[in-house]
This record gives sequence, C-alpha cells and structure tokens, in this order.
Amino acid sequence: MSKKILIVDDEPSIVISLEFLMEQKGFALKVARTGEEAMQIIHEFMPDLVLLDVMLPNKNGFEICQYVRSTPELAAMKIILLTAKGRKQDIEKGLAIGADAYITKPFSTKNLVETVQNMLEK
Amino acid sequence: MLPNWLVFIISLLYLGILFAIAYYADWRADNDKSIINNPYIYALSLAVYCTAWTFYGSVGRAASTGWGFLPVYIGPTIIAPLWLLVIRKIIRISKQQHITSIADFISSRYGKSTFLGGLVAIIAVVGIIPYISLQLKAISSSYSILTTFMNNSVATANSSNSFFEDTAFYISILLATFAILFGTRHLDASERHEGLVAAIAFESIIKLVAFLFVGLFVTYFLYGGLGDIFSQARRLPDFERFFTINQASGVNWDEWVWITLLSLLAVMFLPRQFHMAVVENTNEKHIEKAIWLFPLYLFLINLFVLPIAVAGLLHFPGNTVDADTFVLALPLTEGHRWIALFVFIGGLSAATSMVIVATISLSIMVSNNIVMPILLRVKSMHISRINDLTWILLMIRRGSIIVLVLWAYFYFRVIAEYYTLVSIGLISFTAAAQFAPAIIGGIFWRGGTRNGALAGLIAGSLVWAFTLPTPFAAEAGLLPDSILTEGLFGISLLRPYQFLGLEGMDPISSSLFWSLLFNIGLYVIVSFSSRASVLEHSQAAMFVKAPWHSANDGRYQLWRGTSSIEVLESLLTRFIGEQSTKKAFFQYAQDHKTDWEKHNEVDQDFISYTEQLLTGAIGAASARVVIASVVKEEPFSVEEMMNILNETQQAISQKKVLEKKSQELEKATADLMKANTRLRELDRLKDDFVATVTHELRTPLTSVRAFAEILHDNPDLRSDQKHNFLNIIIKESERLTRLINQVLDLQKVESKTMELELTDVQMDKVVTEAFEACSQLAEERKVICKTDLPLHVPRVPADRDRLMQVMLNLISNGIKFSKVGAGKVVVKIKVKKEHLQIDVTDNGIGINKKDQQVIFEKFRQINDPDLGKPAGSGLGLTITQKIIEFHQGTLWVKSAPEKGSTFSFTLPINRQEDKTVASN
Repeated sequence: MSKKILIVDDEPSIVISLEFLMEQKGFALKVARTGEEAMQIIHEFMPDLVLLDVMLPNKNGFEICQYVRSTPELAAMKIILLTAKGRKQDIEKGLAIGADAYITKPFSTKNLVETVQNMLEK
Repeated sequence: MLPNWLVFIISLLYLGILFAIAYYADWRADNDKSIINNPYIYALSLAVYCTAWTFYGSVGRAASTGWGFLPVYIGPTIIAPLWLLVIRKIIRISKQQHITSIADFISSRYGKSTFLGGLVAIIAVVGIIPYISLQLKAISSSYSILTTFMNNSVATANSSNSFFEDTAFYISILLATFAILFGTRHLDASERHEGLVAAIAFESIIKLVAFLFVGLFVTYFLYGGLGDIFSQARRLPDFERFFTINQASGVNWDEWVWITLLSLLAVMFLPRQFHMAVVENTNEKHIEKAIWLFPLYLFLINLFVLPIAVAGLLHFPGNTVDADTFVLALPLTEGHRWIALFVFIGGLSAATSMVIVATISLSIMVSNNIVMPILLRVKSMHISRINDLTWILLMIRRGSIIVLVLWAYFYFRVIAEYYTLVSIGLISFTAAAQFAPAIIGGIFWRGGTRNGALAGLIAGSLVWAFTLPTPFAAEAGLLPDSILTEGLFGISLLRPYQFLGLEGMDPISSSLFWSLLFNIGLYVIVSFSSRASVLEHSQAAMFVKAPWHSANDGRYQLWRGTSSIEVLESLLTRFIGEQSTKKAFFQYAQDHKTDWEKHNEVDQDFISYTEQLLTGAIGAASARVVIASVVKEEPFSVEEMMNILNETQQAISQKKVLEKKSQELEKATADLMKANTRLRELDRLKDDFVATVTHELRTPLTSVRAFAEILHDNPDLRSDQKHNFLNIIIKESERLTRLINQVLDLQKVESKTMELELTDVQMDKVVTEAFEACSQLAEERKVICKTDLPLHVPRVPADRDRLMQVMLNLISNGIKFSKVGAGKVVVKIKVKKEHLQIDVTDNGIGINKKDQQVIFEKFRQINDPDLGKPAGSGLGLTITQKIIEFHQGTLWVKSAPEKGSTFSFTLPINRQEDKTVASN
C-alpha cells in the first residue's frame, strides 16, 4: 500500500506543482487549502506525512503542527514545514514545535522529493 | 611676712626679666631668627587664658564648691579639637585680610563696617576692663598678704592708701610701659609681636611651675600625700559636698553645663585669646599640636587645686583666711617665706600676662576701630595735611594703653573690692561670648548681614549689661537696690536676676542664656530680613569659602581706581613709616616682577595690596576710607555700581537661563526617549515589512522554480500539461513583476519622492479606459460593470498614469470582491463645487467597521475562508491612498457586511483654469 501524503497550502500554483511531484512518486494524496480543512483531513485521511505551509487562512501551520504533536494517536505522522517564512527565528520555531523538517520556499524539487522519500522509507 | 622692699625689688626683677626676654625675642625676630615659631611656644602663649583667677581663684572656688571650679577648664578642653575647623579658618581669613583684632574681624566680615567695628571695640573694652582690674586687685592683695601676713591673719586691704602708696599702681604703670614697649614698638601691617609672645610663654611656664611647686609642697611636705589630705579632710563637717554636684553644694549640673559652654566660647573670643591664637600665630600648623598641648596645660595647672583647697580648710578653720589666698597663706603660716615669694611671682606672672595681652589687644581696637574712624571723619582735612602719621598712630595706640590700664586701676580702686575673682571673670566671659554668633555665623553662613550682626550684638550686650554689671553695681550700692527687688522702673519682668521671669538659674547662666538667645535670634532674623551691600556680599563669600582659597584670589576687587605709585607710597609712609613702606613695596615688586621705574600707573591689585597693608595699621574700615581719598575715580561711582549690579543681574539671569536650559534638556530627553521608542517601533515595522515583502516575493518565485524544474526534469510531459505549467510560470512571473513595481511605488510615495506629471485630465475618459482594461477580468468573474458619468466633467490637473493605476486598482478590487455569480461594479463621477468625487461601488460581502480601519495599511488583506486567499499583494490600496493624497484628495470607504462597499475619492478641480474659462 502506498504511503499517504497531505498537502496543505493556499497557493493554487504551488499545490499543483506539489501534486504533480508527489503523484509522480506514487504517493496517495489529499489537498487542504485552509487550516481548518487540514485539521479535518488529518483525522479522516491519517496521512503518513504532511507538507505544511505556515501562512494559512484560519489556522496557521505552526498551530497545526503543535496540535499533531500533542495528539497521541497522530504520533507517527511526519511533518515537513514548507514555507516562505525564511527568517532564522521562524526556522528555529518550526523545529522547536516538532516539525521533522523545515524547507523554505522556493524549494528545490529534487531536494523536496528526496526528503519526503527518505522520511517515509524509514 | 616679708619686708616690703624685698618683695618690691623681686617683683621689679621679675618684670626686668620679662623685658629682657621680650627684647631678646624682638631682636631675634628682627634678624629673622624667630624663637617663637614653634607649636610649644604657641600653646604656652595660649595659656594666657590662665590668669590670677586660675592661680588664686580656683582654690577659692574649690574651697566653697568642690568640683565647681572645673567647668571653666572643661569648656576649652572640649572645644580644642574644633579649633582645627574654627580657629584655623579664622587665622586664614585674618592673614589674608590683615586683620589684627576681633573688632576688625567682625567689621571686615560685614562689609568693613566702621560702626560695627566700633561697637565691638566698645563691648570689648566695657567687658574686659573689670577683668583687668581684677588682675590688679590680685597683684595688690597678694602683695599685701606677703608683706603683712602674721599669725594666721591678714591686715585689711590697703585700699584706703592713696594710690601713690599703692604697689599695684606702680605695677600697673610698669605693665603699661611693657605693653607700650613691646606691643607698640613699631607699626606693622601684621601686628605681630614676637617679644610679647616670648614673654607671655615664659610667664606661662613660671605660673605653672609655681603652682605645681606649691601643690607638691602642700601635698607632700605639709601632708603625707594625697591620701593623707583626703583622709584628714573627712574631719571637715561638709566634706561630702566637695565631691558631689547638686543644689546643696552650690553648684548644680545646669550651672556646670552653662559655664562649660561659656568658657568654650570665651577661650576663642576673648580679645586676648583672639590676639594670641590668631593675630600672633606664626604658622597655622601649630594649632595641630596646641589642641592637645593647651588642654594638657590646663590639666596640670588644676592638678593640685583640690588638695590645696582642702589643706587650706584644714589649716584655717572658721573662715579666718580668704580661700582665694590659700596658696600664699599655707607656705607663709608654715614659715616658708621663700616658697611664698615664689608663689607670689607665679601669681604675678598670671596677672601681668593677662593685663599686658588684654591691654594691647584692646588698644588695637580702640585706636583702629574707635579713634581712627573718628579722626578720619571729623578732621579728615586736617589729617590729610600731616605728612608723617606713624607717630600719631603710635601715640594713639600708646595713649589708649595708658588710659586702659589707668581705667582698670581706677575700677579696681572703686568697685573691684566687692567681688571675688571668679565672678568678675565670668562676667567678662559672658561679654566676650556675645561675639560668638557674629563670628561663627560670619565664617560659616553667607547669609549673615551687617544689620543682623549689629542687631544681635546690641541686643546681646544690652541684655548682658542689664543682667550682670547692673545688679553688681546695685549690690555695691552704686545703683538703687530697688532694681534688684522690684525691677527696672518697677517692672517685675525687668529684675536682673529674674530676667523676663526666669527664676532658679544662677546669674551667670541666666545672663548667658538670655543674652545669647537675643543675640542669635536677632542676628538670624534680621539677617534674613535685611539685604547685604555689594561689599558685604563679597566679604561674606570671601570669609565663608576662605579655607579653600589660595592667597592670590584673596583680594576682592570691588572697585576700580587708578593712582600712582608715588601717591600710594607717600600715603603708606604716613601711616606705617618709610622703612616698612619701602620694604613692603620691594616685596611686592619681587613677588609680581614689577618694575616701578617703568610702571608709574599702578594696577588694581596693587591698590588692594596697599589697602591690606593699611588695614593692618588702622583697621579695615579706616583703610577703606583712606584709600578711597587718594585713588582717583570714585570707588563706588554710579556707573561702577551699575556694572556690579549688572553683573549680579547677569549672574541671576544666567542662572535663570540655566534653569530653563535644564528644563528644556529634560524635555528634550523625554522627547528623545519618545522618539527612540518610535524609532524602535519603526524599525520593527520595517523589519516586518521586509519579512512580508520577501514572503510575498518568495511565493510566486516558488511556483516559477518548481514548474521550471519539473519541465526540465520531465522532457516527455504531455503537451497540454507542458502548456499549463508554462502558463503558470508566466502568470507567476507577471505577479512577481507587479509586486516589485508596487514595492517601488510604495517606496516612492512613502519617501515622498513620487513625481507627478501633471496634465489636464478628463476623468471620465480615464474611467472608461480603466473599465476596458478590466473587461477580461470582469468577464472571467461574470461581473457586470457600469458607469454613471455626467455630461460635462471638468478637467483636473493630475498625473494621468497614476490616476489610471488608482482606477484599475479600485475596479479590479470591486470585481474581485463583488457577489459571486451576480457581481456588479458601478463607477460614478460627481461634480462638486471645488472637486470631483469618484465612487466605485460593488455588491460584494462588504467590510466590517473594524476592518475598514486596516485595509489601507500595507499587506493587510482580509482573508475569507470561503473565498480563500485574495489575489494581490496587499499593497494596492495603500498605494492608491497615497496617490490620491499626492493629488490633494482624500480616499475613504463606506461599507457594511453583506451590503457591498463603496470606495470614494476626491480630486480638486483646478479653479484657476475655471476662472480663465469664465473670463473668456
């Protein structure tokens, strides 16, 4: 059974690019465009990995990450923060609240795909 | 008894030794080989404090009151350490200002006031004369005891003799001679007399040795030591009271405290003490040793007072012999006449030293502060015609010495018979204590004024005169008794011993209390309520800050004047003699490297120097008058006074300016802090702005990069997919370009560097054009666009491209936010009197009140969960608003949730153009 990935982003173009990249590697996908939507899908879909933007309507990526980390049944879920917030303090904050990786936009597609694959093979 | 001639010869011999010592010391001083320039001589010379009162009177007082004799010595011992503060300061001031007496000191401090100086001199003379007469009495009675003592009894005092048969008279004449020879040998600016000091120090040694000798003789020869005396003393009926202090013993603690206070003032401000401690001081360092040497001397001279007193009481029961004479009577009655003679010499030394120094110090005051001012005033014309004034000055000095001694002698013959040694001494002490407030206040408090000092001194001395000398005179029968019992003019509050109703205090304590109370009270109150003259101000400043002053800034120059060297030289020669003048001028020339040949016109500094020299000779007040008479240009011309006043005013206004400046500074600091906070806030905002801009730039860039990489890595993509991805890249690149342009625009409007290219703009045409540009977007979103334009729209001066930008922004916003599916955007132009108003209305979801405030801020976008993220950077409205503001218009929004929004802005119509149109 293929691994499941949830893409959370509100930029349509970026979502399209991520969908293409992940589908190409054979992952099962779902997309959420707002924070609240993401929270819902996380429970229903139980993805193995979440590609999570930070600046989202309703609920930002940090909050979602924190929620996942504080919920026992979601413990195995991997989280990659994928955001245009590139300041040092943002990166530190992201890793501190439990993200498995922090990738700044614009990202290298090769690098992103490798990171995702490594994380899911373990 | 001893034969009269022998005692007389011995006395003369002793005085001869004094003359010799004084002469030798003066001779050494003339050759610059001072023998008195050391702290031991200085401390010994201060022991002039111990007079015949100490020598004879202490034993007398101890015999009647036990410990009661002590406070007079405790006071000086307590105050001695403070001399480092007080006396040292007074010495510095006096050296700087050439002050030679206590009267001059006070007069000088309070603006060189002639009147004040005279007053102090009078108080000093009136207060001290009885004290001098007391010494004469002591000499006289000791002399008669020595020559008439027989079988435990003394012949009655020989006051009935005519004065030419009285030894005391001849001794007085001798003392006056001594004082004249060694106190007025020459006129000197510093008024220092080394011979005098040497002789006084010698006398201090003699009286101490004599007293210790008789003490040892009585204690260890007549009795078997101290233990023996006091064990025998237990036989005395009232032995206990010797060692207790209470009402019964005649001395209580109150009195102890008051007399201690009194004597600690007297030891500094008695004229003779002031003279020895201040005027004759050669080096202020000597004080450091004197502050323990002098108390040590007092301790030693009091060591055997009680044993002698007790021995006397044991020897002469039943008051057959006056206790004041025990020191003489004890050796005499035991047949040791030579010891008695030695004791007599000791007493003589105590008495003569006091008489000599007191007379000299008083004569300086009398001549400088009373006679000279009167002469200068009354006969100034006459005085100015005399070429050599030195001899006149010396004659005044010498004459006043003779008058003072004779006055004292007369006083002794008439009044002093009635009193014991101690009481008259304390009366004089109380008089001297009146100088304390003006002096101590004068050197530590700038605020003390001449009027304050005058009021205090007058009140204090009047209270003193009424509460001490007056009742004594009444008791002596010189004044009616009724003053004592009923009070002055029958007013019971004015009874000297119960002054103002205060009872239960001994006369001395009561008088000291009241006189000091009035003195200090009036000094302070009047000082506060009176104004000081300019000269007073400068003198006050000078006195108060004296210890930190170097000798050079000592002379305050309060007046300008010119004079020539010849004039000043002849003037000075008249007062202090040719030799002293030449010496002084030579000294000055050396110190200041001045060549008199070249500089005939003398400067201000030199005039001050001359005045200082004169001050030493004739007192500060007189010196001022004399100098003023020869220096051209009035010392206090109106102009000069105005200058001084101006300077003062300038100083005051400068102070005000300073105060204002400091207030401004405080305000500036507060402003700076505010600005700093604001800056930090701005810095944070800038930081946020940069973060936001980069975030906004990264987002389209992410898509561009991602799809470029995808296209690159997947050459075999389907062509429709390829087309789709390339489209996204193009769109995102356009977005990036737009964003960069907007950021640049924003930078321009925010730094106010945007330049408008003004042309006459047809606003209706701009609206139509903008609609055309947005038609594609409107079609995509299925939004109906309408315009509502009047027939004639006046041209407005504006930058057409910018206005187009504004319209595009508002219309595309309207399209984006209008009702989904049934959107409608209307643009309306209204022509008002002075401006155009353009309304852009949509039928969208509206904006709530809170959000209306923030939509014009940078990067503020209102996110709607249903609609997702709105397109655009969030800079559009900010820039739009700024552009409108650049055109002197305003932009605002009217909206309510679910009721659509209307963005309106105004543009001023160029009225000048309208006018030209109208005139055409």
